[in-house]
Amino acid sequence: MFEIFKVIKNQGSQAIPDLRKAEVHFPFRGLPSIKERNCGKCSACADICPSGAITLNPCTLDMGKCIFCGDCERACAENAIEFSNFHGLAATDREGLIIDGRTDKIIFLDRAIKVRNDIQGIFGRSLKLRQVSAGGCNGCEWELNACGNVNFDMGRYGIDIVASPRHADGLLISGPIPSNMARALDDAWHSTPEPKIVILAGACAISGGIFQDSVALDRGFLEKYPVDLYIPGCPVHPLAVVCGIMDFLGI
Amino acid sequence: MNWAVTKNNRVLPLKNIPVLDMVQLRDGIIGKCSRGMRPILFFADRREKSPMLYAALADDDNSRILVSSADISTIKKYNAITPAVPSFHLFERELHEETGIVPEGHPWLKQVRYSWNRFNRAETMENYPFYTMEGEEMHEVAVGPIHAGVIEPGHFRFMCQGEDVYHLEIQLGYQHRGMEDLFVKWKKKSAIHLAESIAGDTVIGHASAYAAAVETLCGTEISRRAQSIRAIALELERLAIHIGDMGAIANDVAYLIGNAVFGATRTIAINTLLAICGSRFGRSLVREGGVLYDISAPLAREIKTNLKKIHDDVTLMGETMFNSAGVLSRLDHTGTVDTDTAKSIGLVGPAARASGVPLDVRTDHPFGIYRYFPVHKLVLYSGDVFARTYVRYMEVKQSIDFIFEQIDNLPADKPLIMETGRQQPACLSISMTEGWRGEIVHAAVTGRSGKIERYKVKDPSFNNWYGLALAVRDNGISDFPLCNKSFNLSYSGHDL
Repeated sequence: MFEIFKVIKNQGSQAIPDLRKAEVHFPFRGLPSIKERNCGKCSACADICPSGAITLNPCTLDMGKCIFCGDCERACAENAIEFSNFHGLAATDREGLIIDGRTDKIIFLDRAIKVRNDIQGIFGRSLKLRQVSAGGCNGCEWELNACGNVNFDMGRYGIDIVASPRHADGLLISGPIPSNMARALDDAWHSTPEPKIVILAGACAISGGIFQDSVALDRGFLEKYPVDLYIPGCPVHPLAVVCGIMDFLGI
Repeated sequence: MNWAVTKNNRVLPLKNIPVLDMVQLRDGIIGKCSRGMRPILFFADRREKSPMLYAALADDDNSRILVSSADISTIKKYNAITPAVPSFHLFERELHEETGIVPEGHPWLKQVRYSWNRFNRAETMENYPFYTMEGEEMHEVAVGPIHAGVIEPGHFRFMCQGEDVYHLEIQLGYQHRGMEDLFVKWKKKSAIHLAESIAGDTVIGHASAYAAAVETLCGTEISRRAQSIRAIALELERLAIHIGDMGAIANDVAYLIGNAVFGATRTIAINTLLAICGSRFGRSLVREGGVLYDISAPLAREIKTNLKKIHDDVTLMGETMFNSAGVLSRLDHTGTVDTDTAKSIGLVGPAARASGVPLDVRTDHPFGIYRYFPVHKLVLYSGDVFARTYVRYMEVKQSIDFIFEQIDNLPADKPLIMETGRQQPACLSISMTEGWRGEIVHAAVTGRSGKIERYKVKDPSFNNWYGLALAVRDNGISDFPLCNKSFNLSYSGHDL
């Protein structure tokens, strides 16, 4: 018994008090920025990008495809692409994830999340999600688990992951959706009672990521059903997940 | 000579590999395996006019790998190896799934992962031929593919007599992304990003194995400093996941303080990886030809401070947990895999070492910096959940000591990363790494131009899933989650 008290005293409080103010240690790669005027159009960045996230003329970077490997930043001799350590990457529209030369942090945050009154009203104080891994490599899954641990503790905001889609208000999907998993994912969606939301976590779920050319995928699910929130990352950082969902709920 | 002898990370020209007929190859394999060798690779290469079957056996005592092959262009069936060498069961199923060749007499010739390019498209996920048992007190419990926890998908079917599990059948394949094929079709210069996503919890392990396979083909010897940094990252990955697993095991026996404390301690470990390379899972650290990030003196101090705290916290919590009668009563004698079973089905990694099978690639087939800094194998014999948990606890401490030793002796040579050059044509390179789950094997076969034309990945989960199925036999079904966590296997690493 005394050993347990010793452990508790030694641990103290581990929770991050304000997740929005938390900063991730450099060299973490978060929100990128593009300096179009520096760009020499050499295409080194687009050539090296493993997931085809970069276009030239005009220069854009699609965070829905980006795996945040930083290869483009290293390849660019003109420092036209830079990753900041800002973790708040979630957006409610797919287009909102595309960064161009004009997008800075303020512009991105201004347009990224559109709070909907209906969602805020229904789920604002309690959102229960069912996580479905559909080809996720276990990176996003570990990070989504971490959202509920003593450090990030999203349960304190009423956001929880529950054991069954029947208990859930929505699906939290990771992975590029292999054909072998397509039916189970569809079943999970139908098993979730209305009203429900769909959140995509990670580059694989949002765009197929590095697997987008694989013939073993069936991403028809995303054409059938609406998506409410996109959380980029490879894997998603717990702060991006929790802060993204909080913003979405208007917390 | 019916076998070519090679070593981990040594290039082997295809013309030096003997081509046997299927009977000779089978007899050779059975003979070698009866003398203590074990399969690490058994895969078909169908890209040329004459499809080949490559077999690689590990001779662990002598740090050698024996390779042979057979021309399978006209083979439709052969006598299965599995009845004589059970550890071949999944390898032969995989061969059958991909090529349609029938290993006759295989006890359970079912699909492995329903790969998109499987031979028989009529076999689908929905018509998997499950075993069934009938009887008055028999019942079946089906779980998955979507599980209650936040984990990857897979289907478990328990055949139970009352509360006791008679047999567990595991159906996988839901995670199949066509990984091996993507390696070959990859258009970008580096496919390391694919390797990092084979199993996202084993980023360093798989990326190191892939990088070493390519470096071997190119004849590149990376700098000692880069080797050391890779090993530091590999051990950080190992201890982080092991600590997370100990927390998950504590959670499954309702020892919640263990879950909370190990969870928080794991955060320190993965944030240490983030401090090195910007990713909590070690992405973008390992590249062909070296590593992208250095460990500077201030960073080395930060890593040491973090490790000291991890060591103290894990020790305090671990000693408390392993002295709790309530915890021990759940871990002891639960999910036992005895030594003979573990050996015969070919377990690897901590699961094997907990069952008294001393296998560790770091010692048996040393690679990178482990050639100069050997690791002592940590082995327990009871083969139960306790042993698999305690092996992890010991390995966490061993990894911490190892990292301290590396950081204090970080070689000063350069460069951190070098150009790898051209890959040798018509060669096979086998690359083995000890990830936290156990033995990772990658094999690359190059064509005439030097381009990789067949890439084979074997995650340790491929060996160990069947161990879980055997571990839960004669246990209460309610102990399944505990057994499962004590193995903590990868679905995506298996399904590829």
